[in-house]
Amino acid sequence: MVAAGSGAVAAGRESAVTVRASLPLFRKPSVLPGFGLTLGFTLSYLGFIVLLPLAALILKSSGLGWSGFWAAVTTPRVLAAFQVSFGLSLAAALTNAIFGFLVAWVLVRYDFPGKRLVDALVDLPFALPTAVAGIALSALYAPNGWIGRPLDELFGLKVAFTPLGIAIALTFIGLPFVVRTVQPILQDLPPEEEEAAASLGASRLQAFSGIILPAILPALVTGFALSFARGVGEYGSVIFIAGNMPGLTEILPLLIVIKLEQYDYAGAAAVGTAMLGVSFVMLLILNLLQQWMRSRHAR
Amino acid sequence: MPADTVTGTSVPMPPVRSALSEPGWVRILLIGGALLFLALFLLLPLVAVFAEALHRGFDAYWTALTEPDAVAAIELTLIVAAISVPANLLFGVAASWCVAKFDFRGKNLLITLIDLPFSVSPVISGLIYVLLFGLNGLFGTYLRDMGIQIIFAVPGLVLATIFVTFPFVARELIPLMQEQGSDEEEAALVLGASGWQTFWRVTIPNIKWGLLYGVLLCNARAMGEFGAVSVVSGHIRGETNTMPLHVEILYNEYNFVAAFAVASLLAMLALVTLVVKTALEWRFGDELAATRH
Repeated sequence: MVAAGSGAVAAGRESAVTVRASLPLFRKPSVLPGFGLTLGFTLSYLGFIVLLPLAALILKSSGLGWSGFWAAVTTPRVLAAFQVSFGLSLAAALTNAIFGFLVAWVLVRYDFPGKRLVDALVDLPFALPTAVAGIALSALYAPNGWIGRPLDELFGLKVAFTPLGIAIALTFIGLPFVVRTVQPILQDLPPEEEEAAASLGASRLQAFSGIILPAILPALVTGFALSFARGVGEYGSVIFIAGNMPGLTEILPLLIVIKLEQYDYAGAAAVGTAMLGVSFVMLLILNLLQQWMRSRHAR
Repeated sequence: MPADTVTGTSVPMPPVRSALSEPGWVRILLIGGALLFLALFLLLPLVAVFAEALHRGFDAYWTALTEPDAVAAIELTLIVAAISVPANLLFGVAASWCVAKFDFRGKNLLITLIDLPFSVSPVISGLIYVLLFGLNGLFGTYLRDMGIQIIFAVPGLVLATIFVTFPFVARELIPLMQEQGSDEEEAALVLGASGWQTFWRVTIPNIKWGLLYGVLLCNARAMGEFGAVSVVSGHIRGETNTMPLHVEILYNEYNFVAAFAVASLLAMLALVTLVVKTALEWRFGDELAATRH
């Protein structure tokens, strides 16, 4: 590891154009102007808009002390909200992994009328404001809505104001992440391996599970992770359909808003910090899983 | 030939089914399944917005859009976007110039930090400004003594919007400018152009479509943002309500026609954004960054 690292550094220095390459330079020399100006502006803007406010979040929750922080994030109501947010985001991301893959597959491999239109429509959840999605889904799945009424009458299934409603909103929000990460990988998949498999007598299903799936699995995991992360933080599209009953259909972001409305700033900051922390750890695990899959596929 | 069969583009008269494709009934089943899913999850909510907005007739729709609070919300949304989008545009150009044109230490960390706001929940994006500038916040008492109000006022809305739309322009321009390299700029400088001349006459023409693409997405999010502005707004009707917040208030008052009427404007904004975005991708695909997602 160490040898590889120093090798890379040496290679980097060799590629530097000037003779002074052995000096520990902060940046490689360039004839282009404006480095100081643009870097200075970038760093101050980043610092003021992003870093300073995020530091305030950590600072505020650290003001509670460790025991205070732990007490604030382990009340039954907060724990229930953690369960709702993370559990349903997971369910929605799994749904998206399956259907998002199906959509990407159909868009890349098959031809049908209106394909380009469908392709453009996939980005709708990125473009449609979350509050609009929220009230639209809520109206559709309410007991008297277009979908809610038949589901209720035929199966006795209630969607709006139940956890199922939250999962549907999160599925809507997360779908493009899976499609847009899997689609380019599927597009660039070379046909040779599939040809070889077919000529050696493999069935389509064998080629799919033995060649296609392993190749796109890392991208699928990335899409899953993005969809999951988006779901945990999502607010606007969920609160209208959720019903927001504490302990049952109350999501973490809403709990933060409620704490703020009660002027419990420290409590809100603590829940926010815990939420960021747990998401970060889960994304780290997914990242490691992905690296492991990549190296396994490469062998 | 094999490439043709794989991508599924029109192969004239395939007498024998290719070994690289699925039987016809499987194809139809998969296409049908995907389209059904998309229709149910994406198309139907979009249709529902317009159907609900118009189901009491066009007069009720128009009244809902022209009542004073709705007009105030529309104006405020435009003001907030008019400040935050140019701010992030300026930042995006500066950040991509220093990241794409120069090699320096900590560059990857900088890129990661620029992307950071995308992984923060909208509610937390609002919360952090309340913690800084709210009455109980770090600078709360100082700001109160100075008579400056940020939270529950327009500056708070602008700050929260800038935060959530922070990476849009930069993350579109950085890969694009990295792809293009800096040979053309170096040539211009060697031929005696000044730095600004080089920037305006060489760099900007090269990145203009990518720039437009980033601004388009940034603007759509800025006008539609809900969670972050909801936390800092205070929901004062006619004063600190943007369009998405106005939609929420109307909906919670069971004024569904009015709520969906305002929502339909936002849905139209989303549709226009999608159309222009798709047109840009079709027409200028090569001049946009290849690595977008």
